[in-house]
Amino acid sequence: MPQNPMNSDKPVLQESKKEHVPGVRPLDKEGRPKDAPLLGGIRIEESITIGKPADELYQFWRDFRNLPLFCKYLRDVTVVDEKRSQWTAWGPGDKLLSWDATLITDIPNELISWRTFEESDFVNAGSIRFQKAPADRGTEVHMSFAYNPPAGPLGSLIAKITAKDPAFLVHEQLRRFKQLMENGEISTTEGQPVLIEK
Amino acid sequence: MRATCWYGKKDIRSVTTTDPKILNPRDAVIKVTLSAICGSDLHLYNAKIPSLQKGDILGHEFMGEVVELGTENKALQIGDKVVIPFHISCGNCSFCKRQLFSLCDNSNPNAQASEVMYGHGNAAAFGYTHLYGGYAGGQAEYVRVPFADTGALKIPQGIPDEKVLFLSDIFPTGFMAADNLGIKPGDTVAVWGCGPVGQFAVRSAFLLGAEQVIAIDNVPERLAMAKAGGAIPLNHDNVDVQDALKELTGGRGPDGCIDAVGMEGHGDGILGAYDAVKQAIKLEMDRPFALRQAIQACASGGTVSVPGVYGGFIDKFPFGAIFAKALTIKAGQTHVHKYMKRLLQLVLDGKIDPSFVISHRVNLSDAPDAYRQFNDKEAEWIKVVMRPN
Repeated sequence: MPQNPMNSDKPVLQESKKEHVPGVRPLDKEGRPKDAPLLGGIRIEESITIGKPADELYQFWRDFRNLPLFCKYLRDVTVVDEKRSQWTAWGPGDKLLSWDATLITDIPNELISWRTFEESDFVNAGSIRFQKAPADRGTEVHMSFAYNPPAGPLGSLIAKITAKDPAFLVHEQLRRFKQLMENGEISTTEGQPVLIEK
Repeated sequence: MRATCWYGKKDIRSVTTTDPKILNPRDAVIKVTLSAICGSDLHLYNAKIPSLQKGDILGHEFMGEVVELGTENKALQIGDKVVIPFHISCGNCSFCKRQLFSLCDNSNPNAQASEVMYGHGNAAAFGYTHLYGGYAGGQAEYVRVPFADTGALKIPQGIPDEKVLFLSDIFPTGFMAADNLGIKPGDTVAVWGCGPVGQFAVRSAFLLGAEQVIAIDNVPERLAMAKAGGAIPLNHDNVDVQDALKELTGGRGPDGCIDAVGMEGHGDGILGAYDAVKQAIKLEMDRPFALRQAIQACASGGTVSVPGVYGGFIDKFPFGAIFAKALTIKAGQTHVHKYMKRLLQLVLDGKIDPSFVISHRVNLSDAPDAYRQFNDKEAEWIKVVMRPN
Protein backbone atom coordinates (compact mmCIF):
# COMPACT_ATOMS: atom_id res chain seq x y z
CA MET A 1 0.00 0.00 0.00
CA PRO A 2 1.18 3.55 -0.65
CA GLN A 3 2.83 5.19 2.31
CA ASN A 4 4.00 8.69 2.75
CA PRO A 5 7.63 8.34 3.73
CA MET A 6 7.41 11.69 5.52
CA ASN A 7 5.10 10.05 8.03
CA SER A 8 7.66 7.44 8.94
CA ASP A 9 10.39 7.67 11.55
CA LYS A 10 12.69 5.75 9.28
CA PRO A 11 15.12 7.75 7.19
CA VAL A 12 13.79 8.17 3.69
CA LEU A 13 17.11 7.54 2.09
CA GLN A 14 19.39 4.76 3.21
CA GLU A 15 22.68 4.27 1.46
CA SER A 16 23.24 0.63 2.36
CA LYS A 17 24.02 -1.45 -0.69
CA LYS A 18 21.19 -3.87 0.01
CA GLU A 19 18.66 -1.10 0.45
CA HIS A 20 16.16 -1.61 -2.31
CA VAL A 21 14.01 1.45 -1.72
CA PRO A 22 16.27 4.35 -2.49
CA GLY A 23 13.65 6.92 -1.60
CA VAL A 24 12.20 9.67 -3.65
CA ARG A 25 14.96 12.19 -3.61
CA PRO A 26 16.07 13.41 -7.02
CA LEU A 27 19.72 13.37 -7.98
CA ASP A 28 21.63 16.38 -9.15
CA LYS A 29 23.37 16.41 -12.53
CA GLU A 30 26.37 14.58 -11.12
CA GLY A 31 24.20 11.80 -9.80
CA ARG A 32 24.42 12.81 -6.13
CA PRO A 33 21.29 12.77 -4.00
CA LYS A 34 20.08 16.28 -3.31
CA ASP A 35 19.75 17.33 0.29
CA ALA A 36 16.55 19.27 -0.17
CA PRO A 37 13.80 17.85 2.03
CA LEU A 38 10.97 16.01 0.37
CA LEU A 39 7.71 17.83 0.00
CA GLY A 40 5.81 14.59 -0.11
CA GLY A 41 6.04 11.27 -1.78
CA ILE A 42 4.21 8.09 -2.42
CA ARG A 43 5.78 4.73 -1.92
CA ILE A 44 4.36 1.46 -3.16
CA GLU A 45 5.44 -2.06 -2.32
CA GLU A 46 3.98 -4.93 -4.29
CA SER A 47 5.03 -8.52 -4.80
CA ILE A 48 4.15 -11.49 -6.97
CA THR A 49 5.48 -15.03 -7.40
CA ILE A 50 6.53 -16.08 -10.89
CA GLY A 51 7.21 -19.67 -11.89
CA LYS A 52 10.59 -18.99 -13.48
CA PRO A 53 14.15 -18.94 -12.08
CA ALA A 54 15.48 -15.66 -10.73
CA ASP A 55 18.27 -15.35 -13.29
CA GLU A 56 15.81 -15.47 -16.18
CA LEU A 57 13.61 -12.78 -14.63
CA TYR A 58 16.60 -10.66 -13.68
CA GLN A 59 18.09 -10.79 -17.15
CA PHE A 60 14.84 -9.77 -18.77
CA TRP A 61 14.34 -6.85 -16.40
CA ARG A 62 17.99 -5.76 -16.43
CA ASP A 63 17.61 -4.75 -20.08
CA PHE A 64 15.28 -1.82 -19.43
CA ARG A 65 14.35 -1.75 -23.13
CA ASN A 66 12.20 -4.84 -22.40
CA LEU A 67 9.99 -3.11 -19.85
CA PRO A 68 7.55 -1.52 -22.34
CA LEU A 69 6.75 -5.06 -23.54
CA PHE A 70 4.57 -5.52 -20.46
CA CYS A 71 4.30 -2.13 -18.73
CA LYS A 72 1.40 -0.56 -20.56
CA TYR A 73 2.25 2.99 -19.49
CA LEU A 74 5.78 2.97 -20.91
CA ARG A 75 6.25 3.97 -24.55
CA ASP A 76 9.95 3.21 -24.73
CA VAL A 77 13.19 3.06 -22.82
CA THR A 78 16.53 3.92 -24.37
CA VAL A 79 19.74 2.72 -22.76
CA VAL A 80 22.35 5.51 -22.96
CA ASP A 81 25.24 3.82 -21.21
CA GLU A 82 25.90 1.24 -18.52
CA LYS A 83 24.09 3.30 -15.90
CA ARG A 84 21.93 5.87 -17.61
CA SER A 85 18.65 5.32 -19.43
CA GLN A 86 15.95 7.55 -20.93
CA TRP A 87 12.30 6.71 -20.29
CA THR A 88 9.15 7.88 -22.07
CA ALA A 89 5.67 7.13 -20.77
CA TRP A 90 2.12 7.73 -21.98
CA GLY A 91 0.15 10.31 -20.10
CA PRO A 92 -3.51 11.20 -20.53
CA GLY A 93 -4.48 12.90 -23.78
CA ASP A 94 -1.45 11.61 -25.71
CA LYS A 95 0.82 13.72 -23.51
CA LEU A 96 4.24 12.13 -23.18
CA LEU A 97 6.25 12.21 -19.97
CA SER A 98 9.98 11.64 -20.05
CA TRP A 99 12.76 11.26 -17.58
CA ASP A 100 16.31 10.05 -17.28
CA ALA A 101 17.20 7.44 -14.73
CA THR A 102 20.39 6.00 -13.40
CA LEU A 103 21.11 2.54 -12.13
CA ILE A 104 21.81 2.65 -8.40
CA THR A 105 22.22 -0.99 -7.49
CA ASP A 106 22.80 -4.01 -9.65
CA ILE A 107 23.30 -7.34 -7.92
CA PRO A 108 23.01 -10.00 -10.62
CA ASN A 109 19.98 -12.30 -10.25
CA GLU A 110 18.98 -10.50 -7.06
CA LEU A 111 18.40 -6.77 -7.12
CA ILE A 112 18.11 -3.83 -9.49
CA SER A 113 17.35 -0.29 -8.37
CA TRP A 114 17.18 3.03 -10.20
CA ARG A 115 16.41 6.66 -9.58
CA THR A 116 15.60 9.65 -11.76
CA PHE A 117 17.51 12.88 -12.16
CA GLU A 118 16.49 16.29 -10.97
CA GLU A 119 15.14 17.62 -14.25
CA SER A 120 12.68 14.73 -14.75
CA ASP A 121 9.03 15.18 -15.66
CA PHE A 122 8.33 12.45 -13.16
CA VAL A 123 10.67 12.14 -10.20
CA ASN A 124 10.72 8.51 -9.18
CA ALA A 125 12.81 5.73 -7.79
CA GLY A 126 12.30 2.03 -7.75
CA SER A 127 13.77 -1.34 -7.16
CA ILE A 128 13.00 -4.90 -8.01
CA ARG A 129 14.26 -7.79 -5.93
CA PHE A 130 14.25 -11.42 -6.99
CA GLN A 131 14.19 -14.02 -4.26
CA LYS A 132 13.89 -17.77 -4.68
CA ALA A 133 10.50 -19.03 -3.56
CA PRO A 134 10.22 -22.25 -1.51
CA ALA A 135 10.50 -25.64 -3.25
CA ASP A 136 9.37 -25.46 -6.89
CA ARG A 137 7.40 -22.24 -6.57
CA GLY A 138 9.73 -20.17 -8.71
CA THR A 139 10.78 -16.67 -7.72
CA GLU A 140 9.27 -14.04 -5.46
CA VAL A 141 9.45 -10.66 -7.14
CA HIS A 142 9.33 -7.70 -4.76
CA MET A 143 8.88 -4.32 -6.35
CA SER A 144 9.25 -0.98 -4.63
CA PHE A 145 8.32 2.17 -6.44
CA ALA A 146 8.29 5.69 -5.10
CA TYR A 147 7.52 8.99 -6.73
CA ASN A 148 7.00 12.62 -5.96
CA PRO A 149 3.85 14.02 -7.45
CA PRO A 150 5.10 17.25 -8.98
CA ALA A 151 3.22 20.54 -8.64
CA GLY A 152 1.49 22.34 -11.51
CA PRO A 153 -0.41 21.07 -14.56
CA LEU A 154 1.98 18.16 -15.03
CA GLY A 155 1.36 17.13 -11.46
CA SER A 156 -2.35 17.00 -12.06
CA LEU A 157 -1.75 14.92 -15.18
CA ILE A 158 0.24 12.39 -13.18
CA ALA A 159 -2.36 12.50 -10.45
CA LYS A 160 -4.91 11.58 -13.13
CA ILE A 161 -2.86 8.61 -14.29
CA THR A 162 -2.36 7.33 -10.80
CA ALA A 163 -5.77 8.32 -9.44
CA LYS A 164 -6.98 4.74 -9.73
CA ASP A 165 -4.74 3.74 -6.85
CA PRO A 166 -1.02 3.65 -7.55
CA ALA A 167 -0.56 0.29 -5.83
CA PHE A 168 -3.18 -1.18 -8.17
CA LEU A 169 -1.31 0.14 -11.20
CA VAL A 170 2.02 -1.26 -10.03
CA HIS A 171 0.50 -4.63 -9.21
CA GLU A 172 -1.17 -4.72 -12.62
CA GLN A 173 2.22 -4.31 -14.30
CA LEU A 174 3.67 -7.11 -12.15
CA ARG A 175 0.80 -9.38 -13.22
CA ARG A 176 1.54 -8.59 -16.84
CA PHE A 177 5.24 -9.29 -16.25
CA LYS A 178 4.30 -12.69 -14.78
CA GLN A 179 2.02 -13.46 -17.75
CA LEU A 180 4.74 -12.60 -20.24
CA MET A 181 7.38 -14.65 -18.41
CA GLU A 182 5.18 -17.71 -17.81
CA ASN A 183 3.23 -17.73 -21.09
CA GLY A 184 5.13 -15.63 -23.60
CA GLU A 185 2.02 -13.50 -24.07
CA ILE A 186 -0.13 -11.09 -22.09
CA SER A 187 -3.78 -11.94 -21.60
CA THR A 188 -6.03 -9.43 -23.26
CA THR A 189 -9.46 -8.80 -24.71
CA GLU A 190 -8.46 -5.71 -26.64
CA GLY A 191 -9.53 -6.21 -30.24
CA GLN A 192 -12.26 -8.77 -29.60
CA PRO A 193 -15.71 -8.45 -31.24
CA VAL A 194 -17.80 -5.38 -30.51
CA LEU A 195 -21.33 -4.36 -31.39
CA ILE A 196 -21.94 -2.86 -34.78
CA GLU A 197 -24.30 -0.03 -33.94
CA LYS A 198 -26.96 0.61 -36.53
CA MET B 1 -21.27 -12.08 -37.23
CA ARG B 2 -24.43 -12.96 -35.32
CA ALA B 3 -23.98 -12.95 -31.53
CA THR B 4 -26.05 -13.10 -28.36
CA CYS B 5 -25.49 -9.88 -26.41
CA TRP B 6 -26.46 -8.64 -22.97
CA TYR B 7 -28.19 -5.28 -22.99
CA GLY B 8 -29.50 -5.14 -19.44
CA LYS B 9 -31.61 -7.01 -16.93
CA LYS B 10 -33.89 -9.43 -18.82
CA ASP B 11 -32.76 -7.84 -22.09
CA ILE B 12 -30.79 -10.24 -24.28
CA ARG B 13 -30.56 -9.51 -28.01
CA SER B 14 -29.34 -11.34 -31.07
CA VAL B 15 -27.36 -8.74 -32.96
CA THR B 16 -24.49 -8.18 -35.37
CA THR B 17 -20.95 -7.70 -34.07
CA THR B 18 -17.51 -7.53 -35.60
CA ASP B 19 -15.83 -10.90 -36.16
CA PRO B 20 -13.21 -12.20 -33.75
CA LYS B 21 -9.57 -12.41 -34.78
CA ILE B 22 -6.35 -13.84 -33.42
CA LEU B 23 -4.99 -11.52 -30.72
CA ASN B 24 -2.28 -13.63 -29.10
CA PRO B 25 0.10 -16.31 -30.42
CA ARG B 26 -1.56 -19.28 -28.70
CA ASP B 27 -5.12 -18.28 -29.74
CA ALA B 28 -7.49 -20.06 -32.06
CA VAL B 29 -10.68 -18.81 -33.67
CA ILE B 30 -13.41 -21.38 -33.95
CA LYS B 31 -16.61 -21.50 -35.97
CA VAL B 32 -19.27 -22.51 -33.47
CA THR B 33 -21.30 -25.59 -34.40
CA LEU B 34 -23.26 -25.87 -31.14
CA SER B 35 -23.65 -23.80 -27.98
CA ALA B 36 -25.87 -23.93 -24.91
CA ILE B 37 -27.46 -21.66 -22.34
CA CYS B 38 -26.28 -22.54 -18.85
CA GLY B 39 -28.33 -22.17 -15.69
CA SER B 40 -25.63 -19.80 -14.50
CA ASP B 41 -26.35 -17.60 -17.57
CA LEU B 42 -29.70 -16.90 -15.90
CA HIS B 43 -27.77 -15.13 -13.11
CA LEU B 44 -26.60 -12.77 -15.86
CA TYR B 45 -30.05 -12.56 -17.47
CA ASN B 46 -31.42 -11.51 -14.08
CA ALA B 47 -28.44 -9.19 -13.46
CA LYS B 48 -27.54 -10.98 -10.21
CA ILE B 49 -23.82 -10.72 -10.92
CA PRO B 50 -22.28 -7.28 -11.40
CA SER B 51 -19.88 -6.00 -14.03
CA LEU B 52 -21.68 -6.81 -17.28
CA GLN B 53 -21.64 -4.15 -19.97
CA LYS B 54 -24.05 -3.49 -22.79
CA GLY B 55 -22.96 -5.50 -25.81
CA ASP B 56 -21.10 -8.23 -23.93
CA ILE B 57 -21.36 -11.51 -25.85
CA LEU B 58 -22.64 -14.29 -23.58
CA GLY B 59 -22.09 -18.03 -23.61
CA HIS B 60 -19.53 -20.34 -22.03
CA GLU B 61 -20.71 -23.74 -23.28
CA PHE B 62 -19.76 -24.14 -26.90
CA MET B 63 -17.87 -26.21 -29.44
CA GLY B 64 -16.89 -25.86 -33.04
CA GLU B 65 -14.34 -26.14 -35.79
CA VAL B 66 -10.93 -24.45 -35.80
CA VAL B 67 -10.79 -21.85 -38.59
CA GLU B 68 -7.77 -19.76 -37.60
CA LEU B 69 -4.67 -20.34 -35.47
CA GLY B 70 -2.12 -18.13 -33.74
CA THR B 71 1.53 -18.48 -34.71
CA GLU B 72 2.49 -20.37 -31.54
CA ASN B 73 -0.44 -22.75 -31.42
CA LYS B 74 1.15 -26.08 -32.33
CA ALA B 75 -1.48 -28.29 -30.72
CA LEU B 76 -4.33 -27.73 -33.16
CA GLN B 77 -4.90 -27.73 -36.89
CA ILE B 78 -7.40 -25.90 -39.07
CA GLY B 79 -10.51 -28.05 -39.33
CA ASP B 80 -10.14 -29.77 -35.93
CA LYS B 81 -13.43 -30.32 -34.13
CA VAL B 82 -13.00 -29.05 -30.57
CA VAL B 83 -14.90 -28.58 -27.31
CA ILE B 84 -13.82 -25.54 -25.29
CA PRO B 85 -13.76 -25.45 -21.44
CA PHE B 86 -15.86 -22.63 -20.00
CA HIS B 87 -12.93 -21.16 -18.10
CA ILE B 88 -9.71 -20.00 -19.68
CA SER B 89 -6.47 -21.43 -18.32
CA CYS B 90 -2.88 -20.79 -19.36
CA GLY B 91 -1.49 -24.22 -18.54
CA ASN B 92 1.77 -22.79 -17.19
CA CYS B 93 1.04 -21.06 -13.85
CA SER B 94 1.44 -22.83 -10.52
CA PHE B 95 -2.29 -23.60 -10.31
CA CYS B 96 -2.57 -25.01 -13.84
CA LYS B 97 0.51 -27.15 -13.18
CA ARG B 98 -1.28 -28.62 -10.16
CA GLN B 99 -4.39 -29.29 -12.30
CA LEU B 100 -6.30 -26.53 -10.47
CA PHE B 101 -7.17 -25.01 -13.82
CA SER B 102 -10.09 -22.87 -12.72
CA LEU B 103 -7.72 -20.98 -10.42
CA CYS B 104 -5.41 -19.95 -13.28
CA ASP B 105 -3.37 -16.95 -12.28
CA ASN B 106 -2.77 -15.57 -15.75
CA SER B 107 -5.88 -15.68 -17.93
CA ASN B 108 -7.91 -12.92 -16.31
CA PRO B 109 -6.87 -9.38 -17.23
CA ASN B 110 -9.21 -8.10 -14.49
CA ALA B 111 -8.11 -10.54 -11.80
CA GLN B 112 -7.42 -7.70 -9.42
CA ALA B 113 -11.14 -7.03 -9.05
CA SER B 114 -11.76 -10.50 -7.67
CA GLU B 115 -8.54 -10.26 -5.67
CA VAL B 116 -10.11 -7.34 -3.83
CA MET B 117 -13.31 -9.35 -3.23
CA TYR B 118 -11.86 -12.74 -2.38
CA GLY B 119 -8.20 -12.27 -1.47
CA HIS B 120 -6.85 -13.77 -4.69
CA GLY B 121 -7.81 -13.42 -8.32
CA ASN B 122 -9.63 -16.08 -10.32
CA ALA B 123 -9.37 -17.46 -13.84
CA ALA B 124 -11.21 -15.87 -16.71
CA ALA B 125 -14.29 -17.41 -18.30
CA PHE B 126 -16.00 -16.90 -21.64
CA GLY B 127 -18.97 -14.56 -21.68
CA TYR B 128 -19.28 -14.25 -17.93
CA THR B 129 -18.87 -10.62 -16.80
CA HIS B 130 -15.82 -8.42 -16.55
CA LEU B 131 -14.96 -9.87 -13.14
CA TYR B 132 -14.16 -13.01 -15.11
CA GLY B 133 -12.12 -11.10 -17.65
CA GLY B 134 -14.73 -9.77 -20.06
CA TYR B 135 -13.95 -12.31 -22.80
CA ALA B 136 -16.51 -12.53 -25.61
CA GLY B 137 -18.58 -15.71 -25.26
CA GLY B 138 -19.66 -18.57 -27.46
CA GLN B 139 -23.34 -17.93 -28.14
CA ALA B 140 -22.16 -16.55 -31.45
CA GLU B 141 -21.06 -17.70 -34.88
CA TYR B 142 -17.35 -17.40 -34.11
CA VAL B 143 -15.25 -17.21 -30.95
CA ARG B 144 -11.67 -16.36 -30.20
CA VAL B 145 -10.21 -18.95 -27.81
CA PRO B 146 -7.14 -17.83 -25.84
CA PHE B 147 -4.60 -20.51 -24.82
CA ALA B 148 -6.39 -22.86 -27.21
CA ASP B 149 -3.32 -25.12 -27.18
CA THR B 150 -4.14 -25.93 -23.55
CA GLY B 151 -7.90 -25.71 -23.44
CA ALA B 152 -9.40 -27.11 -26.61
CA LEU B 153 -10.33 -30.80 -26.48
CA LYS B 154 -10.08 -32.48 -29.88
CA ILE B 155 -13.09 -34.63 -30.74
CA PRO B 156 -12.75 -37.63 -33.07
CA GLN B 157 -14.67 -37.35 -36.34
CA GLY B 158 -18.14 -38.81 -36.46
CA ILE B 159 -19.27 -38.08 -32.90
CA PRO B 160 -22.49 -36.03 -32.80
CA ASP B 161 -22.00 -32.57 -31.24
CA GLU B 162 -24.79 -33.13 -28.75
CA LYS B 163 -22.92 -36.04 -27.15
CA VAL B 164 -19.81 -33.99 -26.37
CA LEU B 165 -20.89 -30.35 -26.02
CA PHE B 166 -21.43 -30.67 -22.26
CA LEU B 167 -17.78 -31.63 -21.71
CA SER B 168 -17.34 -27.84 -21.73
CA ASP B 169 -18.99 -27.32 -18.34
CA ILE B 170 -21.92 -29.18 -16.83
CA PHE B 171 -20.72 -32.77 -17.21
CA PRO B 172 -17.29 -32.10 -15.64
CA THR B 173 -19.00 -29.88 -13.06
CA GLY B 174 -21.35 -32.66 -11.97
CA PHE B 175 -18.49 -35.15 -12.15
CA MET B 176 -16.08 -33.08 -10.06
CA ALA B 177 -18.85 -32.50 -7.51
CA ALA B 178 -19.11 -36.27 -7.10
CA ASP B 179 -15.35 -36.84 -7.36
CA ASN B 180 -14.85 -34.36 -4.49
CA LEU B 181 -16.81 -36.70 -2.22
CA GLY B 182 -14.19 -39.45 -2.41
CA ILE B 183 -16.97 -42.02 -2.85
CA LYS B 184 -16.33 -45.39 -1.19
CA PRO B 185 -18.24 -48.68 -1.66
CA GLY B 186 -21.60 -48.55 0.09
CA ASP B 187 -21.79 -44.75 0.13
CA THR B 188 -25.02 -42.86 -0.19
CA VAL B 189 -24.86 -39.54 -2.07
CA ALA B 190 -27.58 -36.87 -1.81
CA VAL B 191 -27.85 -34.21 -4.52
CA TRP B 192 -29.72 -30.97 -3.92
CA GLY B 193 -30.94 -29.44 -7.17
CA CYS B 194 -31.87 -31.45 -10.27
CA GLY B 195 -30.87 -28.94 -12.89
CA PRO B 196 -28.35 -30.13 -15.48
CA VAL B 197 -25.41 -30.08 -13.04
CA GLY B 198 -27.43 -32.07 -10.52
CA GLN B 199 -28.38 -34.54 -13.26
CA PHE B 200 -24.72 -35.08 -14.13
CA ALA B 201 -23.83 -35.30 -10.44
CA VAL B 202 -26.37 -38.12 -10.00
CA ARG B 203 -24.96 -40.10 -12.91
CA SER B 204 -21.34 -39.33 -11.99
CA ALA B 205 -21.87 -40.52 -8.42
CA PHE B 206 -22.98 -43.90 -9.81
CA LEU B 207 -20.06 -43.96 -12.27
CA LEU B 208 -17.75 -43.39 -9.28
CA GLY B 209 -19.24 -46.27 -7.33
CA ALA B 210 -22.01 -44.87 -5.12
CA GLU B 211 -24.39 -47.46 -3.71
CA GLN B 212 -27.38 -45.14 -3.60
CA VAL B 213 -28.07 -41.63 -4.91
CA ILE B 214 -30.91 -39.45 -3.65
CA ALA B 215 -32.02 -36.45 -5.72
CA ILE B 216 -33.82 -33.50 -4.11
CA ASP B 217 -35.87 -30.88 -5.97
CA ASN B 218 -39.47 -29.75 -6.27
CA VAL B 219 -39.91 -29.81 -10.06
CA PRO B 220 -41.49 -33.16 -11.02
CA GLU B 221 -39.97 -33.20 -14.53
CA ARG B 222 -36.47 -32.75 -13.13
CA LEU B 223 -37.03 -35.37 -10.45
CA ALA B 224 -38.24 -37.78 -13.13
CA MET B 225 -35.06 -37.22 -15.11
CA ALA B 226 -32.95 -37.92 -11.99
CA LYS B 227 -34.99 -41.06 -11.35
CA ALA B 228 -34.29 -42.19 -14.92
CA GLY B 229 -30.61 -41.83 -14.02
CA GLY B 230 -31.07 -44.24 -11.12
CA ALA B 231 -31.65 -41.81 -8.25
CA ILE B 232 -34.31 -41.95 -5.58
CA PRO B 233 -36.30 -38.72 -6.06
CA LEU B 234 -37.33 -36.58 -3.08
CA ASN B 235 -39.73 -33.70 -3.61
CA HIS B 236 -38.97 -31.24 -0.84
CA ASP B 237 -42.48 -29.78 -1.14
CA ASN B 238 -43.96 -33.11 -0.12
CA VAL B 239 -41.55 -34.65 2.39
CA ASP B 240 -39.36 -33.53 5.26
CA VAL B 241 -35.96 -33.87 3.63
CA GLN B 242 -34.03 -34.50 6.86
CA ASP B 243 -36.41 -37.25 7.95
CA ALA B 244 -36.47 -38.88 4.53
CA LEU B 245 -32.68 -38.91 4.25
CA LYS B 246 -32.37 -40.50 7.71
CA GLU B 247 -34.95 -43.10 6.75
CA LEU B 248 -33.18 -43.94 3.46
CA THR B 249 -29.82 -44.39 5.20
CA GLY B 250 -30.76 -46.33 8.30
CA GLY B 251 -30.31 -43.20 10.42
CA ARG B 252 -26.73 -42.54 9.24
CA GLY B 253 -27.36 -39.68 6.83
CA PRO B 254 -25.78 -39.42 3.37
CA ASP B 255 -22.00 -39.89 3.34
CA GLY B 256 -21.66 -37.27 0.62
CA CYS B 257 -23.90 -34.27 -0.03
CA ILE B 258 -23.85 -32.12 -3.17
CA ASP B 259 -25.30 -28.60 -3.30
CA ALA B 260 -26.04 -28.18 -7.00
CA VAL B 261 -28.37 -25.26 -6.30
CA GLY B 262 -26.14 -22.40 -5.29
CA MET B 263 -27.05 -18.87 -4.51
CA GLU B 264 -30.64 -18.73 -5.69
CA GLY B 265 -32.15 -21.58 -3.70
CA HIS B 266 -35.88 -21.43 -3.11
CA GLY B 267 -36.00 -22.04 0.62
CA ASP B 268 -39.21 -22.40 2.51
CA GLY B 269 -39.86 -21.94 6.20
CA ILE B 270 -38.47 -19.27 8.45
CA LEU B 271 -34.89 -19.28 7.20
CA GLY B 272 -36.05 -19.13 3.58
CA ALA B 273 -38.11 -16.02 4.29
CA TYR B 274 -35.24 -14.57 6.28
CA ASP B 275 -32.87 -15.05 3.32
CA ALA B 276 -35.33 -13.58 0.84
CA VAL B 277 -35.74 -10.43 2.91
CA LYS B 278 -32.02 -10.07 3.57
CA GLN B 279 -31.21 -10.59 -0.09
CA ALA B 280 -33.90 -8.12 -1.17
CA ILE B 281 -32.44 -5.43 1.06
CA LYS B 282 -28.93 -6.48 -0.04
CA LEU B 283 -27.60 -7.43 3.39
CA GLU B 284 -27.01 -10.95 2.19
CA MET B 285 -25.90 -11.69 -1.36
CA ASP B 286 -26.68 -15.38 -1.54
CA ARG B 287 -29.50 -17.60 -0.30
CA PRO B 288 -27.84 -20.75 0.99
CA PHE B 289 -30.94 -22.85 1.60
CA ALA B 290 -29.67 -26.07 0.03
CA LEU B 291 -26.24 -25.68 1.57
CA ARG B 292 -27.65 -25.41 5.09
CA GLN B 293 -29.80 -28.47 4.53
CA ALA B 294 -26.90 -30.45 3.12
CA ILE B 295 -24.68 -29.65 6.09
CA GLN B 296 -27.45 -30.58 8.51
CA ALA B 297 -28.14 -33.87 6.73
CA CYS B 298 -24.58 -35.02 6.10
CA ALA B 299 -23.34 -38.06 8.01
CA SER B 300 -20.60 -37.58 10.58
CA GLY B 301 -17.21 -37.61 8.92
CA GLY B 302 -18.84 -36.98 5.55
CA THR B 303 -18.18 -34.48 2.78
CA VAL B 304 -20.27 -31.62 1.45
CA SER B 305 -19.39 -30.71 -2.14
CA VAL B 306 -20.56 -27.39 -3.57
CA PRO B 307 -20.65 -26.99 -7.37
CA GLY B 308 -23.50 -24.46 -6.99
CA VAL B 309 -22.29 -20.91 -7.46
CA TYR B 310 -21.98 -18.51 -4.53
CA GLY B 311 -20.77 -14.96 -4.94
CA GLY B 312 -20.80 -13.23 -1.62
CA PHE B 313 -21.96 -13.45 1.97
CA ILE B 314 -24.37 -15.82 3.62
CA ASP B 315 -26.02 -15.77 7.03
CA LYS B 316 -27.02 -18.41 9.54
CA PHE B 317 -24.29 -20.70 8.29
CA PRO B 318 -24.36 -23.83 10.50
CA PHE B 319 -20.68 -24.00 11.22
CA GLY B 320 -21.41 -25.79 14.50
CA ALA B 321 -22.67 -28.80 12.53
CA ILE B 322 -19.52 -28.82 10.38
CA PHE B 323 -17.42 -28.84 13.53
CA ALA B 324 -19.53 -31.29 15.51
CA LYS B 325 -19.63 -33.83 12.66
CA ALA B 326 -16.08 -33.18 11.41
CA LEU B 327 -17.33 -32.53 7.90
CA THR B 328 -15.17 -31.76 4.91
CA ILE B 329 -16.37 -28.95 2.63
CA LYS B 330 -15.24 -28.93 -1.01
CA ALA B 331 -16.13 -26.10 -3.35
CA GLY B 332 -14.99 -24.14 -6.34
CA GLN B 333 -15.32 -23.70 -10.04
CA THR B 334 -14.71 -26.89 -11.99
CA HIS B 335 -11.23 -27.74 -13.23
CA VAL B 336 -12.68 -28.67 -16.60
CA HIS B 337 -9.33 -29.31 -18.31
CA LYS B 338 -8.51 -31.95 -15.70
CA TYR B 339 -11.62 -34.04 -16.42
CA MET B 340 -12.35 -33.56 -20.14
CA LYS B 341 -10.31 -36.42 -21.59
CA ARG B 342 -11.45 -38.92 -18.99
CA LEU B 343 -15.09 -37.97 -19.55
CA LEU B 344 -14.76 -38.00 -23.35
CA GLN B 345 -13.55 -41.58 -22.98
CA LEU B 346 -16.66 -42.46 -20.95
CA VAL B 347 -18.77 -41.03 -23.78
CA LEU B 348 -16.80 -42.91 -26.45
CA ASP B 349 -17.10 -46.12 -24.42
CA GLY B 350 -20.87 -45.68 -24.27
CA LYS B 351 -20.92 -45.40 -20.46
CA ILE B 352 -22.94 -42.18 -20.68
CA ASP B 353 -24.67 -40.13 -23.37
CA PRO B 354 -24.77 -36.56 -22.05
CA SER B 355 -27.40 -35.50 -24.59
CA PHE B 356 -30.09 -36.96 -22.29
CA VAL B 357 -30.29 -33.58 -20.57
CA ILE B 358 -31.30 -31.60 -23.68
CA SER B 359 -34.92 -30.50 -23.60
CA HIS B 360 -34.93 -27.84 -26.35
CA ARG B 361 -33.10 -27.16 -29.60
CA VAL B 362 -33.29 -23.68 -31.16
CA ASN B 363 -31.51 -21.47 -33.66
CA LEU B 364 -28.86 -19.06 -32.46
CA SER B 365 -30.93 -16.06 -33.49
CA ASP B 366 -33.74 -17.29 -31.22
CA ALA B 367 -31.54 -16.83 -28.15
CA PRO B 368 -33.55 -13.91 -26.66
CA ASP B 369 -36.72 -15.99 -26.62
CA ALA B 370 -34.84 -19.06 -25.36
CA TYR B 371 -33.43 -17.08 -22.42
CA ARG B 372 -36.89 -15.84 -21.51
CA GLN B 373 -38.48 -19.27 -21.66
CA PHE B 374 -35.57 -20.99 -19.90
CA ASN B 375 -35.90 -18.45 -17.10
CA ASP B 376 -39.68 -18.60 -16.82
CA LYS B 377 -40.48 -22.27 -17.44
CA GLU B 378 -38.13 -24.34 -15.34
CA ALA B 379 -40.38 -27.39 -15.54
CA GLU B 380 -40.13 -27.92 -19.28
CA TRP B 381 -36.93 -26.03 -20.13
CA ILE B 382 -34.13 -28.08 -18.58
CA LYS B 383 -31.38 -27.56 -21.13
CA VAL B 384 -31.40 -25.66 -24.40
CA VAL B 385 -28.82 -25.95 -27.16
CA MET B 386 -28.44 -23.53 -30.06
CA ARG B 387 -27.28 -24.14 -33.60
CA PRO B 388 -26.08 -21.41 -35.92
CA ASN B 389 -28.89 -20.47 -38.33
